Amino acid sequence: MSEGTLYDKVWDRHKVADLPNGQDQLFIGLHLIHEVTSPQPFSELRERGVEVPYPERNVATVDHIVPTRPEGRERPLADDSAEGMLTALERNTTESDIQFYGLDSDKQGITHVVAPELGLTQPGMTVVCGDSHTATHGAFGSIAFGIGTSQVRDVLASQCVAADKAEVRRIEVDGTLGEGVHSKDLILKIIAELGVDGGVGYVYEYGGEAVRDLSMEERLAVCNMSIEGGARAGYINPDETTYEFLRGREFVPEGDAFEERKAYWESVASDDDADYDDVVHLDVDDLEPMVTWGTNPGQAVGVSDPVPAPEDLPEGEREAARTAQEHTGVEPGEPMAGYPIDVAFLGTCTNGRTSDFREAAAVLEGREVHPDVRALAVPGSQTVKSTLEAEGIDDVFRAAGFEWREAGCSMCLAMNDDSLEGDERCASSSNRNYVGRQGSKDGRTVLMSPAMVAAAAVAGEVTDVRGMEVGA
Amino acid sequence: MSDGEGSESPREDGVGVEEMKVRRVAGTGVPVRGDDIDTDQIIPARFLKTTTWEGMDEYAFYDARRDDDGELNDHPFNEYKGANVLVVNDNFGCGSSREHAPRALARWGVEAIVGESFAEIFADNCKSLGIPAATTDPETVADLQDFVEANPEAGVELDVVDRQVTYDGETVDVDIDEAMHGALVQGIWDTVALLRSNMDAIDETAADLPYVESR
Repeated sequence: MSEGTLYDKVWDRHKVADLPNGQDQLFIGLHLIHEVTSPQPFSELRERGVEVPYPERNVATVDHIVPTRPEGRERPLADDSAEGMLTALERNTTESDIQFYGLDSDKQGITHVVAPELGLTQPGMTVVCGDSHTATHGAFGSIAFGIGTSQVRDVLASQCVAADKAEVRRIEVDGTLGEGVHSKDLILKIIAELGVDGGVGYVYEYGGEAVRDLSMEERLAVCNMSIEGGARAGYINPDETTYEFLRGREFVPEGDAFEERKAYWESVASDDDADYDDVVHLDVDDLEPMVTWGTNPGQAVGVSDPVPAPEDLPEGEREAARTAQEHTGVEPGEPMAGYPIDVAFLGTCTNGRTSDFREAAAVLEGREVHPDVRALAVPGSQTVKSTLEAEGIDDVFRAAGFEWREAGCSMCLAMNDDSLEGDERCASSSNRNYVGRQGSKDGRTVLMSPAMVAAAAVAGEVTDVRGMEVGA
Repeated sequence: MSDGEGSESPREDGVGVEEMKVRRVAGTGVPVRGDDIDTDQIIPARFLKTTTWEGMDEYAFYDARRDDDGELNDHPFNEYKGANVLVVNDNFGCGSSREHAPRALARWGVEAIVGESFAEIFADNCKSLGIPAATTDPETVADLQDFVEANPEAGVELDVVDRQVTYDGETVDVDIDEAMHGALVQGIWDTVALLRSNMDAIDETAADLPYVESR
């Protein structure tokens, strides 16, 4: 078993008790709540007469079901079900004295975007949410993982979960990402290499030169997709990049208190001689922008590489590849570059942060979206939106022909009005290309970085952003 | 049927079922073939817009169960009505953490799942609902799926206590995760009371964390 890793240290600090079923009872430092996985748990607590013991360690926002058209956000929401979920969350958080950033808040947005930008997520914490992309918060050096609805109930009732300790796999990423290659490409490469179930039973510790060089926003995108590799959590050891990002944020202490807190953050980082259960190496010097050709996030290739023929894949992957290619309508042997797209979608908890929109805007500057393409820019939070608007980035998107929307999960999983129609192919900065994921059972999702989404929107087809002159 | 010792059905919404032991599930099988079947396929996101678990059974494998005209096709969930042991392949339940997925399967009638492997959150969710998720090698799974398809009315039994599946007159060993096994056999898969019984230790752990305000 691992020893001396951040995972071991943070786990030990948060372990409350050994449970009779062999699991550990783990204290949760931050529980993030949204409207989809919380109504039933709150109902159950009410029926049992249980009160939330640590309301201040719970924070809620609304993201999955919210309309992203400005005119669609008037209350009551047009969709009765969505209105019901939002109303339930308002009532539940008020009754339990839990902070809620609702539609009327200028801080509303996707849980995994909002918590980091408020400084709620910090190193050395345990973070859970009824959402698999909770792995995102591991970018700060926290243990962060998604939980089911019954566990949401457990956390509300006790501020704890019953959990099994995982093994730790260190993923050492050497080299430097080239021009036009981003952290999204790095994580898609890792998943393609290790497989969509390669991380089952592990948490991933990402390290090495290429990871160290990433900004916090880029690190969040990497950890976000840990779950797509089967790892329930992924993390990056905190360093100066982490501390500088945190300084001055709303929920981060200032002055001497900051230095005290920082001493804790530094103390939980993995020791230089830590033991890992597994170590893998990856070199990204020659990595090119990655795109998916199939219906899971591991079915990805470099944009100019040929799509693999099913018969050339390991035996266990062939049938899935055949089925996937039948769905996506791509031919093996040809690269993904050149396949026409109908929709370009920029946003989500993976790539809906300010830097993502800046990177895409640099590509869009002075260009126009292809006339056959419907293009949506959906900031991950209202803070992201207002920050970009102050910089005039929204004008770049609007001038190019993108719709500029309000914050929410939007077309990542289409629980609001934003959805693929028929067999539309979408260049998407989101995290999942599963069949039906974007709201149409025949829809086709091609995952890629924000810069690549912008390039595809302009070209009207999957294209290598490195071939385009990018504005300064 | 599930052979539990509690007085209430584990299919209810988890209220008042602390003493529910799940020791054995016997009935008939339903095979769903394919690796990496994600929770978006088990229940598409558009059916999550609800504040209760009502109607989830209708949404299990919703898109796969219908043809282009919306008519029911020959998907196993249309064909094997009354079955309660689901037999699946590798990495079942990957993707979204939505507990609606195992809830939908349970409401349809699934009381146990046998497969090659499960995504972790999905397995945890099954445990929370008292649904054993047992794993075995690909050959055994394929054999069991073939058997169920050829003999849809034949009995399939999962013995949770002894970690065995019996079908076609044979008994084979399967794996059930230690924590899941303990929780089901001891009837402590509803963890609210369990976790709250350590309230003093919770407060002590919290007080020792530098980021938790003293209270």
